[in-house]
Amino acid sequence: MILDDLPYNDYKTQITGKCGLSIMTGPFAVNIRSQVQSVIDNTYLMYRNNAIAEPNELIDFHVNVDKPGGLRNFISPQIQFYFDGVQPFRPLPFQQAFPMLEWGLNLCVSATANQYLIIHAAVLEKNGAAVILPGPSGSGKSTLCAALTNSDWRLLSDELTLISLKTGQVQPLVRPVSLKNQSIDIIKKKYPSAVFTNVTDDTSKGSVAHMQAPASSIEQSKLPANARLLIFPKYVANSPFNLEQIPRGSAFMALIDNCFNYHLLGERGFTVLSNTIRATHCYTLKYSNLDEAIAQLSQLTEQELA
Amino acid sequence: MSAGFPILSVLRDTRSLPTLSVKEWELLIRQARAANLLAFLYHVVVDNDLENDIPVKAMLHLESVHIIALKQREAVMGEIEVLKSILNQVDAPLILLKGAAYIKADLRASKGRLMSDIDILVPQSLIGAAEKRLALNGWLGAQSDSYNQRYYRKWMHEIPPLTHVQRQTALDVHHTILPPTAKFKPDPEKLLSDIREVNSSGVFTLSPIDMVVHSATHLFHEGEFHNGLRDLVDMASLCAEFGDTEPLFWEQLVPRAKELDLIRPLFYFLRYSQKLIHAQIPNHCQQAVGSDTPSRLKLFLMDVLFTRALLPEHESCKIRFSDLARWFLYVRSHYLKMPLYLLIPHLIRKAWMSKFGDSPKAEQREAHTADDIHRAPQA
Repeated sequence: MILDDLPYNDYKTQITGKCGLSIMTGPFAVNIRSQVQSVIDNTYLMYRNNAIAEPNELIDFHVNVDKPGGLRNFISPQIQFYFDGVQPFRPLPFQQAFPMLEWGLNLCVSATANQYLIIHAAVLEKNGAAVILPGPSGSGKSTLCAALTNSDWRLLSDELTLISLKTGQVQPLVRPVSLKNQSIDIIKKKYPSAVFTNVTDDTSKGSVAHMQAPASSIEQSKLPANARLLIFPKYVANSPFNLEQIPRGSAFMALIDNCFNYHLLGERGFTVLSNTIRATHCYTLKYSNLDEAIAQLSQLTEQELA
Repeated sequence: MSAGFPILSVLRDTRSLPTLSVKEWELLIRQARAANLLAFLYHVVVDNDLENDIPVKAMLHLESVHIIALKQREAVMGEIEVLKSILNQVDAPLILLKGAAYIKADLRASKGRLMSDIDILVPQSLIGAAEKRLALNGWLGAQSDSYNQRYYRKWMHEIPPLTHVQRQTALDVHHTILPPTAKFKPDPEKLLSDIREVNSSGVFTLSPIDMVVHSATHLFHEGEFHNGLRDLVDMASLCAEFGDTEPLFWEQLVPRAKELDLIRPLFYFLRYSQKLIHAQIPNHCQQAVGSDTPSRLKLFLMDVLFTRALLPEHESCKIRFSDLARWFLYVRSHYLKMPLYLLIPHLIRKAWMSKFGDSPKAEQREAHTADDIHRAPQA
């Protein structure tokens, strides 16, 4: 049963109720509670294709997003994210409630899931080859990820690439794709059928909106993929498509900086990261035209397959 | 009272572990995480060879936090060496307290012991020099307002917490056991004269008995209990180990606590570790402490308060009056620390700051999240 099978009113009773709403996201079961309308509506919209957790599922994260108490609520209302009662962040302005839920869920995973090497990177799959796209905020990683997602690539994750320490494979964690500033309009215009949350302005990352992940990608959440390409993308205005192969050693060093728990994992982190790099071809990419980037990258995955 | 409290059932009797359902495991993990006992739970499972008898997802959570605990242990061992050389420059010995001491001395209590700061004891006469030397090496006090600075220096048993600028490790420097205004007046010299060197490493801990008494004093004088259950587990583990390794440990425990003027906190530790986690206390030790029992009314009240406040700070552990009990013990801790003519203005000031300014209490809480040490080595 997926969330969409649940009538809105039943859904709302659950998410606002004492027991919350339990859904699956990738390998994790999350229990969400909130009294905040924007969280209620956007969660229903963004997670409609996600499975509802089975009654006997062990819930990994219990989270809620609500107004913190205190006098300040009367002056400028705030929002807080709670990970099972703990407040890992400072409160944010009230209108940032849904993005805060997303950031909070990212934190739950990156702080507790050390059965994976966790890389701050988007990861997608085409022709059986998973492509890891690391990149700091503003690099154009999410824009490219959203465009590929809308071009029949399988989305595995937009923010957190999980590499299993046991198998070395990429574990899908299909969640809404986070877009910022100009890229929101670019993707909306280019893919009119994509489903978005409302835009939240003035966050620490500028304007933010989330795009629904494709149902087909969510359905394949249990299917791991093998990393074959590691591409450090960068959007450069008016630049031609420019793909340059880089030595694996430099790729390794650059990837360490994008890991959440590389140092924590010690030798195991080193082993899994070096095995990942060994199995991939590594590139830096400059692009400005999305269509060209999509076509070229698809071709690259075909070469990997050959 | 263990129904609905799988964490208590497991601490009382590990044989209950394989009988837990998936949903009980879920609750156990939540309660253990809230109590900072999740990495400890990993060892309980592994030491009893139960890895394959528990839900797979539960084991993933345990292994995951175990990795954090191992990394933390490594980081603490590194910091200990750094601190030793800094303090030796001002001729101060490095005396470790609590978690760092358990780790350095490789005690059973260090297994899966997560910590948010390193506690050390510096003799009062060397505190100024030590603080300066620590600052030169990157250990700086968090920016706090002059009221807090004054409060710590004048009325507390420790200087304001320090943080290393690069590594973000938190350091609590104690110069005595209890605040100078406290009701009980233990003499820090007595602790200092009985410190023990760990395996000729040049690093010291309190004596085995003093470790227990000191830990009990802190727990039962502090106003915050978010690690209360963990501290009980620590002390019960110390006692079990020292009972095996130290001759006359149980015989000397009560006399030493009396000598230090710290019998009451020891009494509470013995009482609540038995009540909550069924710790084994020899009869003769219970009898020895019996003469220092509080009045029946006071004991009834303390039972009501501590059996609530020592549960994990988790929504599933809220029983009737839990919040009130915590609040009451918070006020009590201040009352024990300072006379009313000092306490009342201080609490008013604190209440004012927490409503309208940056509350130091809230900041401290933030540092106690599940992943704080995880963040540290990567900063």
